[in-house]
Amino acid sequence: MNRGGITTIGGIFTALVLVSGILLTGYAGLNGLDAVFSFHMYLMAAAAILGLLALLMGRPYKGDPAKYNYTIVKAFVIAAIFWGVAGFVVGDYIAWELAFPFLNWDLPWTNFGRLRPLHTSAVIFAFGGNILLGSSFYVAQRTNHTRLAGNVAPWFVFWGYNLFIALAGTGYLLGVTQGREYAEPEWYVDLWLTLVWVVYLLVFMGTLMKRRVSHIYVANWFYLAFIITIAVLHLVNNMAIPVSFLGIKSYSMQAGVQDAMTQWWYGHNAVGFFLTAAFLAMMYYFVPKRAQRPIYSYRLSIVHFWALIFLYMWAGPHHLHYTALPDWTQSMGMVFSVILWMPSWGGMINGLMTLSGAWDKLRTDPVLRMLVVSVAFYGMSTFEGPMMAIKAVNALSHYTDWTVGHVHSGAMGWVGMVSFGVIYCLVPWVWGRDRMYSMALVSWHFWLSTIGILLYITSMWVSGILQGLMWRAYDSLGFLEYSFVETVEAMHPFYIIRATGGLFFVLGALIMVYNVIMTVRAAPREEAISDAVLAPAE
Amino acid sequence: MATHDIFEKNSILLAIGILIVVSIAGLVEIVPLYFIGSTIEKVEGMRPYTPLELAGRDIYVREGCYLCHSQMIRPFRDEVERYGHYSLAAESMYDHPFQWGSKRTGPDLARVGGKYSDKWHRDHMINPRSIVPESVMPGYSFLASAEIDASRYAARLSTLNWTAQPNGVEKNDTGAMYTNAMIANAAADLKAQAGDPDSDQAEALQKRYGGKINVRDFDGNPDKVTELDALIAYLQMLGTLVDFKTYNAKANLR
Repeated sequence: MNRGGITTIGGIFTALVLVSGILLTGYAGLNGLDAVFSFHMYLMAAAAILGLLALLMGRPYKGDPAKYNYTIVKAFVIAAIFWGVAGFVVGDYIAWELAFPFLNWDLPWTNFGRLRPLHTSAVIFAFGGNILLGSSFYVAQRTNHTRLAGNVAPWFVFWGYNLFIALAGTGYLLGVTQGREYAEPEWYVDLWLTLVWVVYLLVFMGTLMKRRVSHIYVANWFYLAFIITIAVLHLVNNMAIPVSFLGIKSYSMQAGVQDAMTQWWYGHNAVGFFLTAAFLAMMYYFVPKRAQRPIYSYRLSIVHFWALIFLYMWAGPHHLHYTALPDWTQSMGMVFSVILWMPSWGGMINGLMTLSGAWDKLRTDPVLRMLVVSVAFYGMSTFEGPMMAIKAVNALSHYTDWTVGHVHSGAMGWVGMVSFGVIYCLVPWVWGRDRMYSMALVSWHFWLSTIGILLYITSMWVSGILQGLMWRAYDSLGFLEYSFVETVEAMHPFYIIRATGGLFFVLGALIMVYNVIMTVRAAPREEAISDAVLAPAE
Repeated sequence: MATHDIFEKNSILLAIGILIVVSIAGLVEIVPLYFIGSTIEKVEGMRPYTPLELAGRDIYVREGCYLCHSQMIRPFRDEVERYGHYSLAAESMYDHPFQWGSKRTGPDLARVGGKYSDKWHRDHMINPRSIVPESVMPGYSFLASAEIDASRYAARLSTLNWTAQPNGVEKNDTGAMYTNAMIANAAADLKAQAGDPDSDQAEALQKRYGGKINVRDFDGNPDKVTELDALIAYLQMLGTLVDFKTYNAKANLR
């Protein structure tokens, strides 16, 4: 096989890109206006140098072209687990900060305002992103019966994407942010992600194009919708003008009301496509595979796919109810959000009904239990979301912890649980083990997470509704009954319960780390639980 | 569903189909906001941020204040009584990016300007619990020692001139929000606003930005212009610009 790296057109092209990248970032680093900017440029230059060395040594070419590329999937799985634990720990830490503010230490790098984007980006883009990219590369290969397209390109996507995360994360701690929720990275990090994302699209499309089956399987539709739509959202929402091409600071192209609408059109669909469509793709492959049953309804998958991706895009204005956004836009957002309930439940029904005739497996297979409970959480939060999008409900819930609880029932219950389930499927499959090291530990992870999530969302329901009601409470003389700070004080016990729930969730994730390490290191051991052989249900 | 085969058998058509389907909503919901004249209300009093206020706003963005404080008062009885007149779209027409926020762990700040003294803000920033014992806000004592590099603000003002200028933004000799004089004097204006209100430069600043500018030493340290100066200058002008005596709510219904 290829021994030297630069023997293909792709290899030569990559080498040229890397060399010009080293020159460009080296120059920018030397002339940077801000220390953080120079640091980031040197980080990129170092990454490009390492990439070039790897290319020259032919590292990315390892692997048999006649077989599936599992090495890349392994890399993404490891990265997802690493970032997942980091993101959960930071999340739980800031939850404790809200309960005990001395934990902010009055330092720039540890205050809530800087750690919160670190948490959201780490769990959504680092944990979620790596498992999405990794699972998409696995599913695309398996369902199209072909090896992943490209030799260098998938590795560029892996290292490039994780470099994006490192740039974004260190930037937040050092005060580099655009101030746009879930799109905090500054202009140069956005540009880098754009390049990585285009290559990701090419690898994915390339794999679809060389498929050896006539039909593209439904999971791939969802992955493709995710890749294309995230590209559109990212490009439009991050339109900004840098103050200098040698500094961190930029100003958003748009202002005020238009900027708000664009940001929440993006923000809602970061949820819709990053955290929903792409995770539905995972559901469409791993639930039937694990349950050994076909998808419940092909027709339903078609209808709910197109309906979901069309309707999601309209729902953004429900984040701006009763604001200075014109009423017509708000009403439109509300109506479409309520309609969105239907295709969302179409996906849930398709996932759950796939278990028809195989429900007994829930008793014996904790991995399947995780996948199914995640779909149940998906159903719950996609009912709660449209309800909260109704203006009368939103008047109470907006600005309160209810929203935070809603997000986390989706993020921990749906996205987190389905990801854990997929990791527990993928690790044995791509590392060639019969099963996970310990199914009992998977069960422990399942219960710790479930209890943690329930503590989290129930405490946030109570605190959110309580705070909303306290804000609008009047006494018998017609005065506002509570000062703002009294409502802050009332949140304290719920913040402790929430942070405790988060701790359960972190513990579960740590158990997963141990289980994964043991699975990779050793041959599976014998165990009393009768899940080793999943006989097809008749 | 035989007709769906066309997408299932052709990855390019599938990609194009997806692109069309997901593009419609944004075109319908975002683009008209630039063309429907009533989107931004007609008001009197709005002006671009002065360099010091802009520096304060940049710090507000940098520290992620928007993650716990909204700047958007909704038109409800309790919010209007607690915070003041409901927020107008016009009030954020100079905001790149907008900072309406999505969560009120702390109170809304849309009209915090003038509500507390500079000393209150100073003490509160350095140790929030010395003023409000139940507060969960982090302390920002590090702002008091961080000096602002005034020389960087001319470039920031001219960058803002390159952004989209929505309806209602007063266009001047540059065809955008900041005049050439504002850009040329950015560094001097920044220092002047945190200094003696009776200086010549302060007077020139007032004239350039149309009066009603808070000029004083905000952080109690007259030796240097710190990030705390800038942040307090920004907070003290929030929500104070629009003249609600001349505002016609009925004519601006949207």
